[in-house]
Amino acid sequence: VSRLRTYRDLTGEDRSGLGAQVEAQQARIASRLASVRNVVAVMSGKGGVGKSFVTAGLAAGLARAGRATGVLDADLHGPTVARMLGASGGRLAVADDGVLPATGAGGLRVMSSDLLLAEGLPLRWREPGRFRHVWRGTLEAGMLREFLSDVSWGALDVLLVDLPPGRDRLDALVELLPRLPGVVVVTIPSEASFRSVRRSVEAAREAGLPIHGVVENMAAYRCAGCTAEGPLFRGDAGERLAREALVPLLARVPFDPRAQDEVDAGDPGAAADALAGAVSALLAQLEGA
Amino acid sequence: LKFLCVECDRQMDFAERELPGDGTLAAAFTCPACRRTVAMLTNPMETQLVASLGVKIGGRTIDEQPMELTRSAVRGGRDDAFADAPPAGRTRPTWDEAAKARLERVPLFVRGMVQRIYADYATQNAIAVITPDVMDRARSELGLEGM
Repeated sequence: VSRLRTYRDLTGEDRSGLGAQVEAQQARIASRLASVRNVVAVMSGKGGVGKSFVTAGLAAGLARAGRATGVLDADLHGPTVARMLGASGGRLAVADDGVLPATGAGGLRVMSSDLLLAEGLPLRWREPGRFRHVWRGTLEAGMLREFLSDVSWGALDVLLVDLPPGRDRLDALVELLPRLPGVVVVTIPSEASFRSVRRSVEAAREAGLPIHGVVENMAAYRCAGCTAEGPLFRGDAGERLAREALVPLLARVPFDPRAQDEVDAGDPGAAADALAGAVSALLAQLEGA
Repeated sequence: LKFLCVECDRQMDFAERELPGDGTLAAAFTCPACRRTVAMLTNPMETQLVASLGVKIGGRTIDEQPMELTRSAVRGGRDDAFADAPPAGRTRPTWDEAAKARLERVPLFVRGMVQRIYADYATQNAIAVITPDVMDRARSELGLEGM
């Protein structure tokens, strides 16, 4: 009895070439990142905890410490870190080999959807109008892939990846990278943040990602006038998360309106000051000091 | 994707690809034994599913441009986002007036990349002057939906 042969019965190569092209995409990422010593994702399960502020502070601090540092803004729909690093406005030069990243404060190399989108417009895709949910995630993963593979990052000591809230983008990042990234977890002190970020910590652990530590942002309120500090949120989420995960509490960063204003205006120096201890601890882990 | 000629029991080879410009795609596969050709016709959603991966059915014939998926898929990109340098070390084809006018209609966000793709296609095919006809052929052969 004859039987119609099926996919695996045909031993010839896939003539559509789709699989080979996806493999080539992965190979390009590996090739591009061969000169990047460390990839560190800044993540949180919760929105509004100041991940981008922390990313900006870590990046500026690493640059201040003499480390070649890049920042990839993986928050494709709510990009903010490029402006915090003073890296917005200029054209991105395209050569045969790739797109040159924007240059931010202290020579930071930056790529963000903020550099690509017209002012005030959301990230939108030129796709058929129906069933957008089917491919939107794939397009976003494709954009992240191209930020990794098609940007001429050059030799870097650290590539920081500013992730949006939730874990979808982290999962995509982990699958795209040739080796596992480390993560820095950001929380605010509140119980709600603790519960939300705890899930992300568990997700990172399940994925086998090295957790460099926890940053508790908005740990207090620093008066813009007298610099005295007072409580802002109840709770000790940073300390509890660090204790549970057996990782260091890298920093407790007060909310300082003046520092925030400076960072929002593109000067990350105050954020670097606030995260100086975290930068030292991170470097000690990355470089084995 | 694999295509089987059931009568010959042979795997079919990729033959050609066409994009009529309405979001659909046609990809033809030919049996190496009996030369019978069949075409796979995809609707806009199926076409988009493949395009979203940044891949082309049948493979690529010219190198992928930097950030090709992002530049071709994003709507509302900044006009001044990119500064495209001409490819180094290659003799570049010229553009006739009609082709230039057509290129002018491409959004600035993606225009430099489109220009490089058409120029690469012309160079690869020993075409000295790019005309609208050359652009049509390149768009279809390379799978440049929307360009």
